[in-house]
Amino acid sequence: MERAEEETPRIGVFVCHCGINIGGVVNVPKVVEYAKTLPNVVYAEDNLYTCSSEGLSKIKEGIGKYNLNRVVVASCTPRTHEPLFRATCEETGVNKYLFEMANIREHCSWAHMHEPEKATEKAKDIIRIAVAKARLIQPQKEPEIDVTPSALVIGGGVAGMTAALSLAEQGFRVHIIEKEPELGGTLRHLHKLYPTMQDASDALNQIIKAVESNKNIEVSTSTTIKEVKGFIGNFEATVQKVNGEAANLRVGTIIVATGADIFEPIGMYGYKEYGNVITQLQLEQLLKDGQLKKWERVIMIQCVGSREEKGRTYCSRICCMTALKNAVLIKELLPDTDVYILFRDLQTYGGRYEDYHRMAQDRGIKFIKYLQEKPPTVVSAENGKLTVNVYHALLGEQVTISGDLVVLSTPLTQHENAKELSQFLKVPLGSDGFFFEAHVKLRPIDFATDGIFVCGTAHSPKDTAESVSQALGVASRAAIPMAVKRLRTEAITAMVNENLCSGCGTCVKLCPYGAIEKDAKGVARVTEVMCKGCGVCGASCPEKAISMRHFTDEQVTAQALAALGRLTA
Amino acid sequence: MTFEPRIVGFLCNWCSYAGADLAGVSRISYPPNIRIIRLMCSGRLDPVIILETLAGGADGVIVMGCHPGDCHYVEGNLQAERKIRMLKKLIARTGLEPERLRLEWVSASEGGRFAELVKDFTSQLKKLGQSPLAEEKPDTKILAGVLAAKATAADFRLRVLVGKEKGLIEDANVYGEKVPEEELDKTMEEAIDAEYLRNRIYLMTKDEPLSVKELSKRLDLDPKAVLRHIVVMRRRGLVAIDRVEGTTPFYTALKVE
Repeated sequence: MERAEEETPRIGVFVCHCGINIGGVVNVPKVVEYAKTLPNVVYAEDNLYTCSSEGLSKIKEGIGKYNLNRVVVASCTPRTHEPLFRATCEETGVNKYLFEMANIREHCSWAHMHEPEKATEKAKDIIRIAVAKARLIQPQKEPEIDVTPSALVIGGGVAGMTAALSLAEQGFRVHIIEKEPELGGTLRHLHKLYPTMQDASDALNQIIKAVESNKNIEVSTSTTIKEVKGFIGNFEATVQKVNGEAANLRVGTIIVATGADIFEPIGMYGYKEYGNVITQLQLEQLLKDGQLKKWERVIMIQCVGSREEKGRTYCSRICCMTALKNAVLIKELLPDTDVYILFRDLQTYGGRYEDYHRMAQDRGIKFIKYLQEKPPTVVSAENGKLTVNVYHALLGEQVTISGDLVVLSTPLTQHENAKELSQFLKVPLGSDGFFFEAHVKLRPIDFATDGIFVCGTAHSPKDTAESVSQALGVASRAAIPMAVKRLRTEAITAMVNENLCSGCGTCVKLCPYGAIEKDAKGVARVTEVMCKGCGVCGASCPEKAISMRHFTDEQVTAQALAALGRLTA
Repeated sequence: MTFEPRIVGFLCNWCSYAGADLAGVSRISYPPNIRIIRLMCSGRLDPVIILETLAGGADGVIVMGCHPGDCHYVEGNLQAERKIRMLKKLIARTGLEPERLRLEWVSASEGGRFAELVKDFTSQLKKLGQSPLAEEKPDTKILAGVLAAKATAADFRLRVLVGKEKGLIEDANVYGEKVPEEELDKTMEEAIDAEYLRNRIYLMTKDEPLSVKELSKRLDLDPKAVLRHIVVMRRRGLVAIDRVEGTTPFYTALKVE
């Protein structure tokens, strides 16, 4: 492979007719003749289908016969066919990065099918651009790394434990790190789970028992993360117990399942001011302890501290169903108690939750819609009662309700220490403070950083069933590299010229993968296996000390100038 | 023959390039004026390359990336946006129309939007006319400006400002102070002005030694301002006195490693 570096480029251009897809619009023979005139092109031919086995053998033949060390195929988009042609080059001993594609179908013949002459001219230009790059490309190597077959799960709530169990059952070692003295997370504080009304403790105890009896799982409670170094397959985490005892863990993958806090609405609706204004979380405890009183009327207020104009703008997703569930439970225990739910929008999404909503209506729970701009007010009245004034949006008038208990539905929020963890792991938090996935639709439980995954309410507010689904998802995602054991990583990575680097640190801050650090000499150093090759560092480096493999400034500039007809021998 | 603008498009691999593919797959036609160069990320595009392309005679340059929040590399597209914002200010000083540079977001599913943008940019450039740098004899004054801009975009100061912009606004500097966006904008404007003029002076004095008076005439700038730049440039080792005629010193550019 090294030999290509020293040799003058000998480029072969293979122009595909793609049946009539290209050939029916672009004058392919003319384009082939043009390609032959380009610098360093020693051979050009046309194929009916370059991607057919016949076409591929023509490439191999050409490489042997004309001693080609660069191959350009002018056909369709590299997004689909580049891997095939690269493999063909590799089979013939030409490094796969010495291949370049000219997209004359999607970007030319298909788009300009009514202008064949202009399409032919454009096809020539596209091939010229590809040749300009092909003259400058170099062979590349994809680094290979081994993957340690064990996982670190941060957080021992229902999400973390579910993920850990699934991985352990697949045969991987799992370390669960829980900051509290016991496993269980938020579920420990809940009474019953909607919509099945199963006891939260029943569900939880089953999982805890399974985790504790699994030989592949090691649980450390009262333990937090102090430092994380490394990359996919080779992470090294330092963990510390409350008593100061520290340990190092070597793992291949990391799962973030740190859960969420529940917002405390201090200063809102008389919370902490009047003893009988409580949160849904406190109501769960009363239900759990069987401490309901013979209340005449209970009033719940939704969206307390969520869906705000600024700050917590998000919907916390679980509060509508939580309020409905607790309202139904109160009704079951105290049939004579009136339960009001004051809501902005009742979001009982999906089939089962909507059915639950209807059931709650049938049980006589009363609903009042309020407006964000006219929120209810709570004032203390005589004999320990509370007076709630609310603008009834459907009646269009102010109503006053007197009650014994006001329950505030508050959102899940990110933990205060999430920021620290996000820095340790070099993974981002979104504007709402929750952990931010790699792609909202296509990679919803991956982080952009390879080998790190997220599930449960650390990612966004969600209920138990949703957390469990995500946990099973991350277990399967994390299992892939550990099952494969050996990974090939990106060859298109950043290179630092140490002589030019001034150590300003701009790239260190900009790299979304934490792949760049300053070394002992104070210059930037790229951990290749962590680099994804986006090139943001190179395009921003104040000293122009960073270049991108396979997309160098020289190559891109040559392409741009070739697009303008400037390609000199 | 009517004027057909030559457009160079720099498209990110994941969203915009796929969007352009989809336009083809859907057989949506658009003017054949664009030549597409595929990059992994719009954030990879060095401002110097854009200026080189404009200096090379492109009538228009369009950079396309993923929509904010959709970037394959988290927020490379937002870095591209910062660079283009700076570049447009820089280009405006050269005499070339900054509208010749555009940044647009195109997702992989927006074949129609891609085609519309190419159509729109082509007709916009037709109205604007051929680039003064695309002609056989390019406008020397504007070319000098664009080359100075290119040198400016390659210099440490602007690159560091653009590279650290996000950090300064969102996090804080080493003293723990967040920099308000307006303040940073002002600093940026000042830096663009100063560095651009210094590069103009550098390139002019590279051709021939010049006096402050002559420089001020050619740059249409107050002699005092020119002198201030000369002082900075002498300190940075960029220019030196070539000779003195009467009492007038003539400055010449020094070679920089």
